[in-house]
Amino acid sequence: MGIISKVHPVRSHSNAAQGGINAALNPGDTWESHAFDTVKGSDYLGDQDAIEVMCREAPEEILHLEHLGVPFHRNEEGKLGTRAFGGASQARTFYVADITGQAIMHVLYEQLMKYSDLIDRYEEYFTTALAIDDDGNCVGAVTRNVRDGSMELFEAKNVILATGGNGQIWKPTTNALICTGDGIAMAYRAGAPLMDMEMIQYHPTTLAGKGFLITEGARGEGAHLLNAKGERFMEKYAPNKMELASRDVVSRAEQTEINEGRGFPDGTVALDITVVPKKRIHEALREIVLVGRDFAGVDITREPIRIKPGNHYTMGGVKTDVNGATSIPGLYAAGECACVSVHGGNRLGANSLLDTLIFGRRAGAHAADRAKRIDWSRPSRAILADEEAKIGEIMKRERATGRRISEIKHELGTTMDKYVAVFRDEEGLTKALETVRRLKEEAKTAYIDDRGTVFNQDILGALELSFMLDSAECTCIAALHRTESRGAQYRTDYPERNDEEWLKHITLTLDGDEPKIGYAPVTITQWQPAERKY
Amino acid sequence: MAEYTLRVRRQKPEADDRGPAGPYWEEFEVELDPTLSVLDGLLQAKDRQDGSLGVRCSCRAAICGSCGVKINGQSTLACLTQIGEAQERANRLARETDAGADGDGDGNQPIVVEPMGNMPVIKDLVTDMESTHWKKIRRVTPWLIDDGNPPERERIVPPETMVDITQTIACIQCGACVSSCLSMEADPDFIGPAALAKAYRFVGDPRDVDTEARLNDLAQDPHGIYDCTHCFSCVDACPKGVAPMDQIMRLRRLAGHDHDIDDRNNGRRHETAFVKIIEKKGTLDESLLLQESYAQGIKGKLKPSKAAIKGLLGSLPTAIRGIKTGKMRSLPKLIPGIHPKLPGDAQDHVKRIYKHAEEHREELNLYISGVEDDEPAEVGASAETTVENAEERRDS
Repeated sequence: MGIISKVHPVRSHSNAAQGGINAALNPGDTWESHAFDTVKGSDYLGDQDAIEVMCREAPEEILHLEHLGVPFHRNEEGKLGTRAFGGASQARTFYVADITGQAIMHVLYEQLMKYSDLIDRYEEYFTTALAIDDDGNCVGAVTRNVRDGSMELFEAKNVILATGGNGQIWKPTTNALICTGDGIAMAYRAGAPLMDMEMIQYHPTTLAGKGFLITEGARGEGAHLLNAKGERFMEKYAPNKMELASRDVVSRAEQTEINEGRGFPDGTVALDITVVPKKRIHEALREIVLVGRDFAGVDITREPIRIKPGNHYTMGGVKTDVNGATSIPGLYAAGECACVSVHGGNRLGANSLLDTLIFGRRAGAHAADRAKRIDWSRPSRAILADEEAKIGEIMKRERATGRRISEIKHELGTTMDKYVAVFRDEEGLTKALETVRRLKEEAKTAYIDDRGTVFNQDILGALELSFMLDSAECTCIAALHRTESRGAQYRTDYPERNDEEWLKHITLTLDGDEPKIGYAPVTITQWQPAERKY
Repeated sequence: MAEYTLRVRRQKPEADDRGPAGPYWEEFEVELDPTLSVLDGLLQAKDRQDGSLGVRCSCRAAICGSCGVKINGQSTLACLTQIGEAQERANRLARETDAGADGDGDGNQPIVVEPMGNMPVIKDLVTDMESTHWKKIRRVTPWLIDDGNPPERERIVPPETMVDITQTIACIQCGACVSSCLSMEADPDFIGPAALAKAYRFVGDPRDVDTEARLNDLAQDPHGIYDCTHCFSCVDACPKGVAPMDQIMRLRRLAGHDHDIDDRNNGRRHETAFVKIIEKKGTLDESLLLQESYAQGIKGKLKPSKAAIKGLLGSLPTAIRGIKTGKMRSLPKLIPGIHPKLPGDAQDHVKRIYKHAEEHREELNLYISGVEDDEPAEVGASAETTVENAEERRDS
């Protein structure tokens, strides 16, 4: 068993999951309630069988993490305590201050060190492609060792993608520079369908310009959203849940305020955390105190901080079943790169760590079981030669031939943030798709400066860009195709949800050079689609 | 927007047609808003001028811990340092040195960016953390050792203990403290600030059952908790307020005081002697420190233990070196008994401080700030002040 990661594992982006992780663990809470909130949050696009699995298994997962050593917040009795989160009918978010993801990931890395004789770690190995055998099974992956540039073909009975989201397609984004959707694109290239790619979450509270995240936990602790007139505008949009309506609802409300001239001149509204007791801020929102101080020059305990909706999460990804299995035997996916689909049109806060952990574990268990049942199949060495040739070709490109990688990335990011954001329409989406397709062509001749073998980040940037462009193309096509408004997809030219036509997933499968559109049914178990109000 | 010069300590990892392998300096001119970070400056240089400039980075928000570097000599994260502030510091440093005195320090000085210290460099600003930082982390058995019998539900623990260890959980493993550690410069085998802070994360965790063994291990190791010289560099360097040195001191208190671990490095006795001398005299009586450290209360006794004599003799070369190099300046002060007490009632003040400290063993912690609401916050104040400006905006 081995873990291959393009960065040291503790640098991975789950670090940035601040607020917490949901589970119906407290007496008086039920998994059904958690599941219903998730279904409603998804705008009824989530698959209810998968949501049931996730919510049933959530409490066990929290306890497992606690036993491994995650220092979850305790109540006065010393038992696990919770905080409130958006779109939830109960306070069921378990947390470690506002560094929950970091705490969990570091504790899991502790376990990797503990079991180092069972699990090999390949830290700073960049995966460039999946190896598929003649029978269509995934049997390994090709990597480039970042430290010395050597290429290697890993053989495996199963490959589990846990490569995260693709937020770098947008600029700005809360996502780290490494979130380039590598796994999503590699699976797509290998022939696995992607699903729900139009569903892109804009988080309601990000720092203008820099895109940094201010946790939903701030609103969970009681912070208010104010427009430039000082009005708590959520009264108009979600009179019951106010600031804790689901994220798509809050982001749309903010963007409406801003578009209609009630925001600040810099295109923001204000998040007022000063209403939270100072001691509580220091204990529970420490990271946000630092983000405010270091990146916005604001003392959040004393004054409101300017925020706006910003790109945050992709609900879509590689289509999997509840065991993380994709359509390609031997290929699994879990976490943000996968689409089970438990988030549907909109993910609830504190459900992403949960999704990752539950389906990561299930994928691991299923893959382990499969490994026992099947024989080895050797991948062809040809794929290694192909990947080496691909990199060799990029290295050889001359400056005169094209644009810089960074220029293309910048144009992609600003285009997507302009047209594939909170509000969308056919004209904008068409422009975005045209731009992405032009950039795809330009990327073929884009040049890099670094010709070396040791820590050549330039070549990795070129590979990441091509992954990003594949994902972006799929997102534009799916968003154009879905002529309704549901969850994070709000079409100003089709402002209503249309269950009759669109209570279904859009899938995208590589066909020649372009994605082919298909559909998958939405699984409904016990919650019939209803009007969504917060 | 402003212009800055980044003077980067680069390292070419391999020879090629552009030249041999090795370190060199290169200056990059960048143009960006002063509130953006030095990392933003480096990335601009990389994006627009030289894509081969090596720097690890990911989150840009001081969470992932990738971009540890030295900026103007100070170990920190590149993403956390505003470039405008780095410029001011570079100018201030230049003024304080000869360059300033010569009159060259008027204009903007280059902002100096170097790879972290105490680690081998792989390429440019990319260091080998595996062979240094992570090796030391693995040294402290960095996982929870429980009783092997987890309960059906969560373990019930005092809530403040979880808040307490959250300070060390807040460590993002960036290595800035390791880079800045002066003890490690002298003793590369020192377990070091990051790993010892990590150790406290388990020692302070009531769910861990190996507390005594962990403390004993860290106290007995000649490169362990007593190797720290209390210089505060790691506290300054840490971008997350983990204050590694504080965690080391807590380990010492737990080992030496609470668990009564008598270490073979003489660390506890040295510390006890130091504290005792200050309590008595207010300032350090160096004539007593050595002997008190090795054999407490031997003054006037005729038969110190063999170990104490051995320890004392072993320390002689250090003492002689101290005298030779002028670190111990006043020879008469080495004669026992003549070191003066503090004048007036100052010594009584010192004693009162001691009494207070003994009665209040406060463990200050990031997450337990002790700050209550000191004044009513001005709710929505700045939101209101800019209402007029909002009227001007109708463009989006």
